[in-house]
Amino acid sequence: MTALSINGRTIEVHSAPDTPLLWLLRGELKMTGTKFGCGIAVCGACTVHLDGKPIRACVTPVSAIGAKAVTTIEGASGVEHAALATAWAEADVVQCGYCQTGQLMSAAALLRTTPAPTDHDIDVAMAGNICRCGTYPRIRAAIHAAAQLLNAAPLERP
Amino acid sequence: MNRRRFILRSVAAAGALGIGWTVLPPRSRLGDADDLHEEPGERALNGWVKIGTDNHVTVVMAKSEMGQGIHTALAMLLADELDADWSQVRIEMSPINTIYANVATVIESLPFHPDDHGLVQRTAVWLTAKTMRETGLMMTGGSSSIKDLWLPMRQAGASARAMLIGAAADAWKVPVSGITVSGGVVRDASGKQATFGELIAAASTRPLMRNAVLKAPSQFTIIGKPIPRLESVAKQKGSATFGIDVVLPDMLYASVVMCPTLGGTVRSFDGATASGMPGVRHVLAVGACNGTTSGVAVIADAPYQAMTAVKAVNVEWDAGAMAGVSSAAVMDQLSKTLDSQQGFAYFNRGDTTVVAASAKQISAEFRAPYLAHTTMEPISCTVQFKDGRGTVWASTQVPDVARHVAAKALGISRDKVDVHVQFLGGGFGRRLDVDFIGQAAAIARVANGAPVQTIWSREEDVRHDFYRPACVSRFTADLDAAGNLVAWRNTSASQAIVNAVFRRYFDLPGLPIDKTASEGAFDQPYEYPAARIAHQAVELPIPVGFWRSVGHSHQAFFVESFMDEVAMAAGKDTVLFRLDLLKNHARHARVLRRVAELAGWSTPLQAAVDGARVGRGVALHESFGAVVAQVVEVAVDKGDAIRVTRVVCVIDCGLPVNPNLIRQQVEGGIIFALSAALHGEITIENGQVRQSNFHDVQALRINETPLIEVDIIPSVEHPEGVGEPPVPPLAPALANAIFAATGQRLRSLPLRLVTKSVTS
Repeated sequence: MTALSINGRTIEVHSAPDTPLLWLLRGELKMTGTKFGCGIAVCGACTVHLDGKPIRACVTPVSAIGAKAVTTIEGASGVEHAALATAWAEADVVQCGYCQTGQLMSAAALLRTTPAPTDHDIDVAMAGNICRCGTYPRIRAAIHAAAQLLNAAPLERP
Repeated sequence: MNRRRFILRSVAAAGALGIGWTVLPPRSRLGDADDLHEEPGERALNGWVKIGTDNHVTVVMAKSEMGQGIHTALAMLLADELDADWSQVRIEMSPINTIYANVATVIESLPFHPDDHGLVQRTAVWLTAKTMRETGLMMTGGSSSIKDLWLPMRQAGASARAMLIGAAADAWKVPVSGITVSGGVVRDASGKQATFGELIAAASTRPLMRNAVLKAPSQFTIIGKPIPRLESVAKQKGSATFGIDVVLPDMLYASVVMCPTLGGTVRSFDGATASGMPGVRHVLAVGACNGTTSGVAVIADAPYQAMTAVKAVNVEWDAGAMAGVSSAAVMDQLSKTLDSQQGFAYFNRGDTTVVAASAKQISAEFRAPYLAHTTMEPISCTVQFKDGRGTVWASTQVPDVARHVAAKALGISRDKVDVHVQFLGGGFGRRLDVDFIGQAAAIARVANGAPVQTIWSREEDVRHDFYRPACVSRFTADLDAAGNLVAWRNTSASQAIVNAVFRRYFDLPGLPIDKTASEGAFDQPYEYPAARIAHQAVELPIPVGFWRSVGHSHQAFFVESFMDEVAMAAGKDTVLFRLDLLKNHARHARVLRRVAELAGWSTPLQAAVDGARVGRGVALHESFGAVVAQVVEVAVDKGDAIRVTRVVCVIDCGLPVNPNLIRQQVEGGIIFALSAALHGEITIENGQVRQSNFHDVQALRINETPLIEVDIIPSVEHPEGVGEPPVPPLAPALANAIFAATGQRLRSLPLRLVTKSVTS
């Protein structure tokens, strides 16, 4: 049994230590917002935050998490995420939607470190997230719009 | 009565019945309110809509949502005719019923040229519509959903509206003529008003209104608006349930490994090690199900336990008949087939056997590879087999067929199986196949009543897909002395998909002619003075299936690339050359002129700052009733890397039901097509697919995405397909742009420049 910090709560988990975080979330904890896409960290669908940094949950074993804080889409909060949620809806980015939670987690991490990203910054931060529906033009537009929202009305960082 | 007279009378009676049935219009698709499950406080008014006393409007959805926005668009059709309050609209998946059967796709699969409106075509369409109304299957695909339900959804909304008006008229003792409806509120001239929720109880006791008058396009208040997708926020939050997200009490998880050789079988397996691993409940062999390859499965308490344990099953495979099959040899075989076979001519006009002495003749051969679908949501299906009943939760495009194959795998009748269609994490045609549903049912059958979610790894998905068929196509065109096209000859060779699918679904042989094999080649609008356009079906064991835009996906590349070659051989501008062949096709000519105008076709491209060679290419293509033209701009650097910088797209899809969703589909279709044109290729050696995951089945990423500009032609014509039509023109427009930039004519997909090659 291991105690993990997930979305601000300490949770006792029973999965074996080599279980990837993705399958702990989806299997044991039934938190299905984090998606399985490739299993080898090349598609980004399983992106979650570990101490605020984007990681691929499909290749991160439970044993590697330790005391670090896991944030999934279910617990995503903060000004970056709020701005992205608004901008995403405004641009109506989503199509099938399967990759979108991973896209949003990558985008939130980008805005946290780079509040006014250039197109190149977006390319670098988002190239790890595949979308087969091709929502990329709207993802780019929504990230720029979210950055404008953040910069126009600076809020207290939590 | 003697036997002869009895037979004659029976035949006469059957004939009269048959004739009577034939001349009557297809039976109404309004359906019966009694067939719907009503929640407390909710009443159905027909087979498509329920209204709650709290004023919510539940639109019953017969189509699968796989990203194309169809739940939103279909709800708009019904809500507009109902004059509902859009914010009160909810979606609920329909039960399985023939009123929801897809009529449009079957009509579109008839092998007629779009210009053919003769008696045979009209009779065939009429009979098909009637037959499919009675016996058809629910299906989401073929860009058909709006086309199929444009009238039924609106009629259902108008019928429900009329019943609400009738209830108000009775209650208020006023004539129906003075009553108006808007935003979910019914009013009369004197100021009386009631909400839908207040009227639903009385309305639901009225007889079904069959002849409600539909709105004229000028009266639409919801149709035509760029309304956001209904389920966007749930998908952003991660709370939308895709097939793989289904969670049930006491659910177990299964993982499968199939024979690496397509079509191979399990000779023997040793599951002792796997059985002893944590959480493992069952280790079993799984036979070939509806076209997939045999393998082994492990059922365990948790998904990662199943995935780990299935790798520990020691399997001795029997590679079977495909052990010697390679895609390279298939390509050669398809090409050689064209040396000797004339193919079936889907289109014939004039005499193509005569070649004028003065004619200039141009010939070329084109090739397209097998392609995988790689939907973002990996293949999965959840099945529970308990107390003699089966329940299926799946991302599927064909709930009827899913029910059929699950029943067969569980050894029960179809009426004992329920299917719950979830959101699809991408479809692209992959979920028209039901292999994984039959397989998941076969696995769940051993689980003693527990629900079992079977999840494929991405590797199994890539290696056991139903691939877009490889195809080889040859052309010869004749130009007269003035550079006019006078003859066009084209024969392609590939596997036929429909036959294979019918075999997988129902063990039935398909039809001798498969329109999907030649679509995109024979059905284009060009007014060739003489043409013969044919396809030769080739039987091969490689599993093939429907891939977004199907035959159009490669035929458009062949036709529109060769059209460019011919135009250049004639020494003409490639847009003007096409327009000369579209004199009687104003709709197509308009789309082509518009894209040229928006792209600045007549002005030279600006040089790239980094010195890359730049070029611009065009393509025009009709598919699924829509006409699409694209201009692609490309930059090719010194290392021959291809960078697509801009795509301008014009679409005429009839009346645009939701311009926002149409734009999404056009943007996405272009990116999907660009993925395939630049990277897409499945190769097979020794019967095994060489690729396995997104590292070697590359999908386009955001950093490769060009600027995309979309223009929708305004129209009040019948709405046509949208999901697939943006895909076909991209590859040829790109290949034509690469030619313009480099002088290299690329005739094989994916598009790869041969460094230092001699230009053609």
